[in-house]
Amino acid sequence: MDPAKIIYVDNNATTAVAPEVLEAMMPFMTTWYGNPSSPHPFGDYAKRAVDHAHGQVATLLGCDPDEIIFTGCGTESDNAAILSALEIDPKRRRIVSTAVEHPAILSLCDVLRRRGYHVDLLPVDHHGRINLDQLRGLVTDETAIVSIMWANNETGNLYPVEEAARIAHAKGALFHTDAVQAAGKIPINLKDSVIDFLSLSGHKLHAPKGVGALFKRRFVPFNQFIIGGHQERGLRAGTENVAGIVALGQAADLARAHMAEERTYVAGLRDHLERELLASCPDPVVNGNPEHRLPNTTNISFKYIEGESILFLMHPFGICASSGSACTSGSLEPSHVLRAMGVPQIAIHGSIRFSLSRFNTRAEMDVIIAKLPPIIHRLRQISPYGR
Amino acid sequence: MWNYTDKVMDHFLNPRNVGEIPDADGIGEVGNIVCGDAMKLYIKLDDKKEFVADVKFQTFGCASAIASASALTEMVKGKPLAEASKVTNQDIADFLGELPEEKMHCSVMGMEALQAAFAHIKKQNPAAKITDPVTEAGYDPEGLDRIVCHCFTVSERKIREVILANGLKTVEQVTHYCKAGGGCGGCKPDIEEILAKVNGNAHPAGAPEAAAVVKPLTNLQRINLIQKTFDQEIRPALQQDGGDAELVDIAGDRIQVKLCGRCAACPSAHQTLKQYIEAKLRETVSPSLTVEEVR
Repeated sequence: MDPAKIIYVDNNATTAVAPEVLEAMMPFMTTWYGNPSSPHPFGDYAKRAVDHAHGQVATLLGCDPDEIIFTGCGTESDNAAILSALEIDPKRRRIVSTAVEHPAILSLCDVLRRRGYHVDLLPVDHHGRINLDQLRGLVTDETAIVSIMWANNETGNLYPVEEAARIAHAKGALFHTDAVQAAGKIPINLKDSVIDFLSLSGHKLHAPKGVGALFKRRFVPFNQFIIGGHQERGLRAGTENVAGIVALGQAADLARAHMAEERTYVAGLRDHLERELLASCPDPVVNGNPEHRLPNTTNISFKYIEGESILFLMHPFGICASSGSACTSGSLEPSHVLRAMGVPQIAIHGSIRFSLSRFNTRAEMDVIIAKLPPIIHRLRQISPYGR
Repeated sequence: MWNYTDKVMDHFLNPRNVGEIPDADGIGEVGNIVCGDAMKLYIKLDDKKEFVADVKFQTFGCASAIASASALTEMVKGKPLAEASKVTNQDIADFLGELPEEKMHCSVMGMEALQAAFAHIKKQNPAAKITDPVTEAGYDPEGLDRIVCHCFTVSERKIREVILANGLKTVEQVTHYCKAGGGCGGCKPDIEEILAKVNGNAHPAGAPEAAAVVKPLTNLQRINLIQKTFDQEIRPALQQDGGDAELVDIAGDRIQVKLCGRCAACPSAHQTLKQYIEAKLRETVSPSLTVEEVR
């Protein structure tokens, strides 16, 4: 495999570390390796870098620097927010979320259900949309926290988190949103928001893996998830991943600088790819809500064939995408998101997600547009179901 | 991302014998779109009905499903019937060099399609020399053909076949070979029992030894204990979620239960039944109990 020939369209899985990000973080692994807690200028240099990163991420989200807690990943941020909400108010033993959340939320909900909490998962319609009236019906005086993702990783669907937060607050519940896919791709301004908690992950926005952040609104009560030292103002113990935090800060700055490009350049590439594939592959289905989705994502089902086969046949051309089929997930069940949307089985196994970034080019899209239709045709020739 | 041998990739990228045979002597169709893979196998015999003159396939599935089907066609083409009908999933896997264990069910699908095609041939040509375990045993929906895994529609017969043919020891292996247990997981205790029966263990692996030591309950004590567990533990827990259940009957080790309230309409009702109600009763009363749903 020649990395130079890779056409990487799986950016909702992970992203390339931006060159500027790598440059910013490197000195903290080589020259400036101090511990931010150390009582000497060498440690203080690292501490100031961490402080600066707080400001950078806060600027991206439109909040204050001390409302940002750096964590190890998006999953940790999700777990910390939800478990804290349950501990803060032990009388409230209900959680409301959606059927299309990331496993970081859904698996946690399963565990909590086994521990005796009551979990309600909002269903979605065939476009993957939730119904806010239904949410209103599920939130009660016993609900500790409502957690609804800002953007879905598989379809790119955007959810009405602001309205959902108000519904949660009306019953005295806290509101958390998993914004791992949204952060850096669409504008977020938490100043004008009532959201209590927001999770994000570094490696989804061109920082490296192993660093995430949790926004916790000022005055929202919080119990720390990782217990130990006084790092992150005593809200998240453990020696700071200084290089990772610096990287996330730099990536947040870059995301802000390139935000307009997401809406113009990246969405333009996505639309071009989607339009051409829909035109050249018979009987396609776009999964999700084309009216409200991330600018970088399209999820297309090619009926009668299976996703892993499509991915394998794209490998020789260097095309890296992902699929909701059972065979690619390693489990035997296909995507829980597409199942919750009621996507027909004939289409669910042949779903392919293309998720772009500002590093993709139109020439790359044209390679996919040229190579994919013959692959679809070839597999349909082998399939007993349809031509 | 799976690690496939060169031979698997070769058969996936250049599948042999793809297509249909309009005047086939036998057609075997297995799997379905819900399960994520399916296969149709067409077999044409020579004029004397003694060997496989031609064979073609169509497959909906992943790379290893397509490769397994392609390999199968090469293995049986031109072979005498008696020989071709004995091909097992292990033969297919060996032919391909190796399949990841999680993908062994693809080779099983090939073997099943072959058996189905030969069953079809035998129905039309009773004289054909075919060794076919399925048709010889006869279809028995109450016994071996009862569905154990409802998520993937897998019968006890199929589970027994993959255990015997591949020397399987654990539930996880059974899932890799025929998918049973890979959905809601509610049938895992059932698979455990089948494994124990087939492999000749008195107790399923890992069953608590202590269970054998406990003084046996009289029938009346047992019924009382079941009723008590049901009323005092199981029903209150279900009621918390807006559901309920009714104890309908106790027939030996078989407990019949009717789900009501929200449980009755819940898509994961089967899971509730097996993973919660059955597990609870096994824990408190006896590991040999099975819970069945009556509607």
